[in-house]
Amino acid sequence: MNVTVNINGAERSADVEPRLLLTDFIRGTLGLTGTHMGCDTTSCGVCTVLLDGVPVKSCTMFAVQANGRSITTVEGLKQNGQLSAMQRAFHQEHGLQCGFCTPAMMLVGTALLEENPDPTDDEIRWAISGNLCRCTGYMNIVKSIQAAAAIKSEEVSA
Amino acid sequence: MYPSKFDYLAPTSLDEALGVLAEKGPAIKVLAGGQSLVPMMKLRLANPPALLDINRLPDLDFIEDSNGHLRIGALVRHNDVVKSDAVKRANHTVAAAAPWVSDPIVRNLGTVCGSLAHHDPEGDWASVMLATGADVVLKSTQGERVLPITDFCVDMFQTLCRPDELVTEVRVKKHSARGGGDYQKLERKVGDYATVGVATSLELDEHGRIASAGIALTSVYAHNLKVTEAEILLKGKQPSPELFQEAGAIAGAACDPADDHRGSAAYKRHVVGVFTERGLTRSLEIAQGGQS
Repeated sequence: MNVTVNINGAERSADVEPRLLLTDFIRGTLGLTGTHMGCDTTSCGVCTVLLDGVPVKSCTMFAVQANGRSITTVEGLKQNGQLSAMQRAFHQEHGLQCGFCTPAMMLVGTALLEENPDPTDDEIRWAISGNLCRCTGYMNIVKSIQAAAAIKSEEVSA
Repeated sequence: MYPSKFDYLAPTSLDEALGVLAEKGPAIKVLAGGQSLVPMMKLRLANPPALLDINRLPDLDFIEDSNGHLRIGALVRHNDVVKSDAVKRANHTVAAAAPWVSDPIVRNLGTVCGSLAHHDPEGDWASVMLATGADVVLKSTQGERVLPITDFCVDMFQTLCRPDELVTEVRVKKHSARGGGDYQKLERKVGDYATVGVATSLELDEHGRIASAGIALTSVYAHNLKVTEAEILLKGKQPSPELFQEAGAIAGAACDPADDHRGSAAYKRHVVGVFTERGLTRSLEIAQGGQS
C-alpha cells in the first residue's frame, strides 16, 4: 500500500505492507532514527511521535493508519536550524542521562506546552506519566519542561 | 514483534464500512484506537485476516448531551472524555474514570466504544456503564439495534455485537442535579491494568433518600461485575456511613479475585470493600451538592 505522510514538514511516500509498524516506517523506511523502539508493548513510550500534534505511541500503530497525516519526530523540533526551547531546556537542565527516552520526553513536553503554556509540576508529571525513564532522571526532566515553559514565555514577551 | 499478514481497508463512509462488515463478518476486525487490538495482534493473540479502519469515517467523534443521555461516538478518544465539559456536567462516574484509563498517550488514541466492544474484564469503561446505566448503539446493513449495557456485556471478551455490526455510540444515562458518581482505581503504575476498580453512582430523591444506586467492579471477577445485591440494599434507604459499609461488605463478598502479581485475593477483596464505601461516600457528596 502506498503511504504518504508529511513528516517534519516534508512530504514522504513509500509502498509498505499494512502490518509495518509506524516506528519501523519512520526509522527503517524514512531513515529517521531519532524515534526509538523500547518495550514494543505500548508500555514505555520511547517510540512517541506527534501525529497531527498529538502524542501517540508509534509502536502501537500501523504506518498505513498515518496515511495523509502529519508527523513530528525529534528531528523536526529544531526551528530555523536552531534548537527549540524544549531542546535548549533539556540541555541546560541536564534533562537526560542515557538519552534513550529523551526524544519522546521532549515531544510530550512540546505538546503539553502547546496546550498549557504554564503547567504546574503536577501537570508536567501527569503529562509524562506514559513515558518511562530507566535512568530515573525524572526530577531533571520535569525541571527541563518547566525551564522550556519559562524560555518560551520570555521569548513571547521579548 | 509483528502481526501476521492482513488486508487493510479504510472506508470513508459508514455505508461502505457496514457493507464490508456484512460481506466479511468474522473475517474482519474493526480498528478504532487500536490500543488493545494492535498489541494483541503483535503478540499474535489475535490474527484477523483483515482490518477495517474506521478512523476515516465522518461524524463519529461526537460527545453530545441529548434526551437525558450523554452520547459518546465511536471515535471519541479517552482523552476527549477527560477534557469534555459536557461530560463533567452530565455524568460524574464517567468524568471520574476517564483520567484513570491507561496512560496519557494511550488515551490520545484509545476509544470508549472500542474498549466496550473489546470487553476486557480489566477494562474500566464497562464497569462505569454498568454502574450508571447505558445503551450501546449497534449498526449494520440490517439496521440499528440499541442494547442495554447489561445485555450487551455477555462475558469476558464477549458481547452481543454481531460480526456484521459496528458499535457506533454509547448513550450513558445522565446524572440529575441530585445525582453523583465516582470511580476508584488502584493500579501498580500508570498504564497498568487495575488491581481493583470500583464504579459507583447514586441518585437521591427529594427527601435525600437513595432513589437508585449503581456499583460495578473491575479486575476482580471473570468479567466486569455489577453488584446488584448491594444496589438493591441501598435503594430507598437514607444514606449513612453504616449503610455504605454494608454495601462495601456485599461487594467484597460478591467478587472473586485471583491471587496474582498485583496482590492476593484477600487483599483485593478488602480493597473492593474500602473502595465501594469511599466511592459511595464521594458520590453522595456530589449528589448533595457539596462538591462537584
